[in-house]
Amino acid sequence: MTFTVPTPLEAEIDELITHYPQKRSASLMLLHALQEHFGWISKEAMEWTAAKLGLQPINVYELVTFYPMFRQEPLGKTHIKVCRTLSCALAGSADVRKHFCDKLGLDAHAHVPQTTPDGKFTVEFVECLASCGTAPVVLVNETLHEKVGTAQAAEIIAQGR
Amino acid sequence: MPQEFRLILKNVDQAGYTSDMECYLRHGGYEALKKVLALAPKDLPDGKKMSPQEQVREDVKASGLRGRGGAGFSCGLKWSLVDRRSGKPIYLICNADESEPGTFKDRQIMHKDPHQLIEGMILSCWANDVKLAYLYIRGEMPEGARILNRALKEARAKGFLGKNILGSGYDLEIHVHRGAGAYICGEETGLIESLEGKRPYPRIKPPYFPAVLGLYQCPTIVNNVETLCHVKHIVNMGSAEYAKLGTPNNTGTRIVSLSGDVKRPGYFEIEVGKVTLGELINHDNFGQGLRDGRKLKAVIPGGSSAKVLKAGEVFKLNRKGADGQMAKVDVPLLDLPYDFDSLQQAGTMSGSSAVIVMDDSRDIVDCLANVSEFYAHESCGQCTPCREGSLWMSKALHRMTHGEGRKADADYLVKIASNIQGRTICAFGEACAWPVLSFVSKFRDEFEAKGAADEARTKVAGQSPEIKAAASTHR
Repeated sequence: MTFTVPTPLEAEIDELITHYPQKRSASLMLLHALQEHFGWISKEAMEWTAAKLGLQPINVYELVTFYPMFRQEPLGKTHIKVCRTLSCALAGSADVRKHFCDKLGLDAHAHVPQTTPDGKFTVEFVECLASCGTAPVVLVNETLHEKVGTAQAAEIIAQGR
Repeated sequence: MPQEFRLILKNVDQAGYTSDMECYLRHGGYEALKKVLALAPKDLPDGKKMSPQEQVREDVKASGLRGRGGAGFSCGLKWSLVDRRSGKPIYLICNADESEPGTFKDRQIMHKDPHQLIEGMILSCWANDVKLAYLYIRGEMPEGARILNRALKEARAKGFLGKNILGSGYDLEIHVHRGAGAYICGEETGLIESLEGKRPYPRIKPPYFPAVLGLYQCPTIVNNVETLCHVKHIVNMGSAEYAKLGTPNNTGTRIVSLSGDVKRPGYFEIEVGKVTLGELINHDNFGQGLRDGRKLKAVIPGGSSAKVLKAGEVFKLNRKGADGQMAKVDVPLLDLPYDFDSLQQAGTMSGSSAVIVMDDSRDIVDCLANVSEFYAHESCGQCTPCREGSLWMSKALHRMTHGEGRKADADYLVKIASNIQGRTICAFGEACAWPVLSFVSKFRDEFEAKGAADEARTKVAGQSPEIKAAASTHR
């Protein structure tokens, strides 16, 4: 499979690289841009990034394996991140996650992100999303949902169907 | 009556206040920048001249401003440590990697008043001869990154940023850099490594003090979002007026993030030390108390790394008596003034000013298990005591919360935590050890009772298959 980056995206990436006196600094921003476009980061994407920045592929691979937001396989179109940490836990985030899993036929006890077979949803338990005053919170793709109860959860699922 | 004092959040949440440039300008925006650019060198008694930049740096020092990110280190002192003779460029990084559990104050500033942060950054960069700065925002705030990028674009268009700012000859560029979900990037040297495009492994100090060997081995200032905003107000008010806010050695205002078991969680800006912990939790202007029928059990006063405080605790604080002499005075938990020094004397810290309240319906072992799982997930893995220890503690607590506790677990947890703190490159070691040490020492009876009950039961029934499986697969 050949890996091609569309011209407008590459232009965006070239602009990002100019933000830094050393090209390597642009690694995270490049990976974000690629993941936003392709949905995940493939081996080819890592090799492309390394070549672009004059690095060895391992320099990029070690980032993708370290930073939790980067993923090496495609996830669901609607990515549901439920906050697991203390303030949200006190407000019932475990029940919120279980609710999502039950409604979508996923295992509520698994520790890793889980995707529905149709590829529409991924449910993940993540660490503190920094909105503890409106717990429990859920980040759906790029939108933060606050004080999430079962009604709001149902809405999120309906929108992703 | 204890009440909010809104300096940083003055305009936030007001009807009609928006995050765009025009609105910010209507509310006196970028006037502080114009003010400093018009400053003339000051004549000193010894005949020397003090540059305008130096004047602002002195002002920040005189204001008593302490860092709002976690450590509470003097901002003016931090700036004064910057190596200005190396000939290398000086960088400034705004630490917007807000990830300490319980904290959600910087989010309010960045989303609702981004220009205030940008003006604070431009002022701080100007005062420190910085030409290139970065705003490191956590990856989970994509909306915040978009808002800040838009605001930066507006600032460039108005000539507040870029080449020759407002005709002064000063050039500055600021770029937004996004993290990708790692808590350790909030540690300043980890953040610098991350900004260099590497894994965010914190650097060892000495020699890697950012003020001397920071980004690209150049002198670097790393300040929290809220701290940088205060710089704008110090410039506007003057350091003497600013220092009248708050209490001695704890000047200014601070945004407290209140969450957990209170009726009204939220963010509240207070004069530092003018409001007590009890007022934050119970007063009508703040948390409005616990839910009906519930009593206070424990409070984490400064983000999840801070040592927990137990309801009913009384602390010995240094206070100046009527005779002007310092004396130890008994201060109950709820009467602790919410400031840097009082909480430190109470054996904990105000950290990132995140207060998490737990009521008497909470199982304290569950709460600690939750916190420890966070640290086990976030340890960067560089130092063995932290990489292994944070996981051991989390596994033991996972076992305890799944009916397989042992009476000896309390001692086991303390032993591991004691072997982490002070034995790691960065303060993450303390951050993961302190919750364990404080929870277990203050609620030892609950840990031991749970362990003993589980032991008695499993002796009869044997270990459950689920726990055997969980113990082998749990992270």
